[in-house]
Amino acid sequence: MAWPLGGHAGGTVIPPEFDYLRPHSVSDAVTELGRVGEDAKVLAGGQSLLPLLRLRLAYPTALVDLAGVGELRGVRQDGDQLVIGAMTTHHEVLRDPLILRYAPVLAQATATVADPAVRHRGTLGGALAHADPAGDLPAVALALDAAFVIEGPDGRRTVPATEFFSDYLETAIGPGELLVEIRVPALGPEWGTAYEKFNRVAQAWAIVGVAALVRREGDTIAEARIGLTNMGPTPLRASAAEAALAGVSLHNGGIAAAAGLAAEDTEPSADLSAQPDYRQHLARVLTGRALRAAAAAAS
Amino acid sequence: MARIEVTVDGVRYVDEVEPRLLLVHYLRERLGKVGTPIGCDTSNCGACTVHIDGSSAKSCTVLAVQADGTEVTTVEGLVRDGELHPVQQAFHDNHALQCGFCTPGMIMASIDLLNENPEPTDEEIRHGLEGNLCRCTGYQNIVRAVRQAAGGGPAAGRSPAAEGSPAAAEVTA
Repeated sequence: MAWPLGGHAGGTVIPPEFDYLRPHSVSDAVTELGRVGEDAKVLAGGQSLLPLLRLRLAYPTALVDLAGVGELRGVRQDGDQLVIGAMTTHHEVLRDPLILRYAPVLAQATATVADPAVRHRGTLGGALAHADPAGDLPAVALALDAAFVIEGPDGRRTVPATEFFSDYLETAIGPGELLVEIRVPALGPEWGTAYEKFNRVAQAWAIVGVAALVRREGDTIAEARIGLTNMGPTPLRASAAEAALAGVSLHNGGIAAAAGLAAEDTEPSADLSAQPDYRQHLARVLTGRALRAAAAAAS
Repeated sequence: MARIEVTVDGVRYVDEVEPRLLLVHYLRERLGKVGTPIGCDTSNCGACTVHIDGSSAKSCTVLAVQADGTEVTTVEGLVRDGELHPVQQAFHDNHALQCGFCTPGMIMASIDLLNENPEPTDEEIRHGLEGNLCRCTGYQNIVRAVRQAAGGGPAAGRSPAAEGSPAAAEVTA
């Protein structure tokens, strides 16, 4: 019998061939990655990797599946930080009481990722390691000043968000290394946060997204952090807008003026959804909305 | 080849599969569970939605080896003692389909939605089903069906996998 794809007596297969390994600890996973070499791919929830394999855009010799590594799941508090295991699913992030209390912007953005079935399997660590600039979570991690804990054959190292996202789909995770946890600051009630995403249809990628974190002192913005989704090959901070917001009153047009700077130093791409100038327009509009919503949520 | 043990619709299977075999192809071609259709092969349409340990998943975006050790429920496993699942019955009562291709995935996603949120508003129903496309655009009756199923009580949100299977037969490849 002729099969339409793959030509295989066992039935239809679409992805290329690979070995499948399922370690049960981080150290075993690192050992397997080292043994297979550079052509190994880490499988987390698979919601980005499997589409790439089906399209044959990736040809790994082996997948190292982290589903059996229990130590990579869950959220805990460590002093003034939250520590989120890389294999914590989007579904778990949305319901985690520590995240909802201390890092709600992560839940706000995660709620816009794909759809419920994808969120059941997709993971925070997978989304960050995949580093798609149109993904919602890299910009949030950048705005949160997250720290990325990476384990490799030489032990653990911690990389700040400013150094983690190095280029389009590229991160500081080296060959043979593994993202094990993401550390974010536990924000108090003086912080308000919001994520504004613009897309045309349900479950689509962001054409542009903006994560805003605002620390209020009365009617004044003491500090603001803004992360931009899909405004370049990596997630970006809207640094000019952030600088313009320090000490600004909530009532005299300062937010609108700062939002007007949100697209400074960005070089967004053109695609079927939007041209660069339209993306820059969206960044300014969405930054204004996100800042107002974030300021309203702070107490 | 990799060895998997998986329970599908109450029957335990021990099988050898290629690691690259997608779960949806395992279900359809190895087990004959053709009630789960393949729509888009791009994770968009949701036609192939099943439950893995009681949670919805798009079976074109899961490897069969990832289902090792889990309990999978397809639309074919919802009937209990000859009775349709409350969500199946509600889809029937409300004619919540036109061509029917999206229906298995819609039903599986609706059960998951009602498990999470037993009394959803219409807007919550529409958002909860955003991962499932009806290309006939017959959404009005789908929303009505989910609303009716919700009105019938918590059984509408129950996946058979969550209640434990009937004595599972074992099939070894």
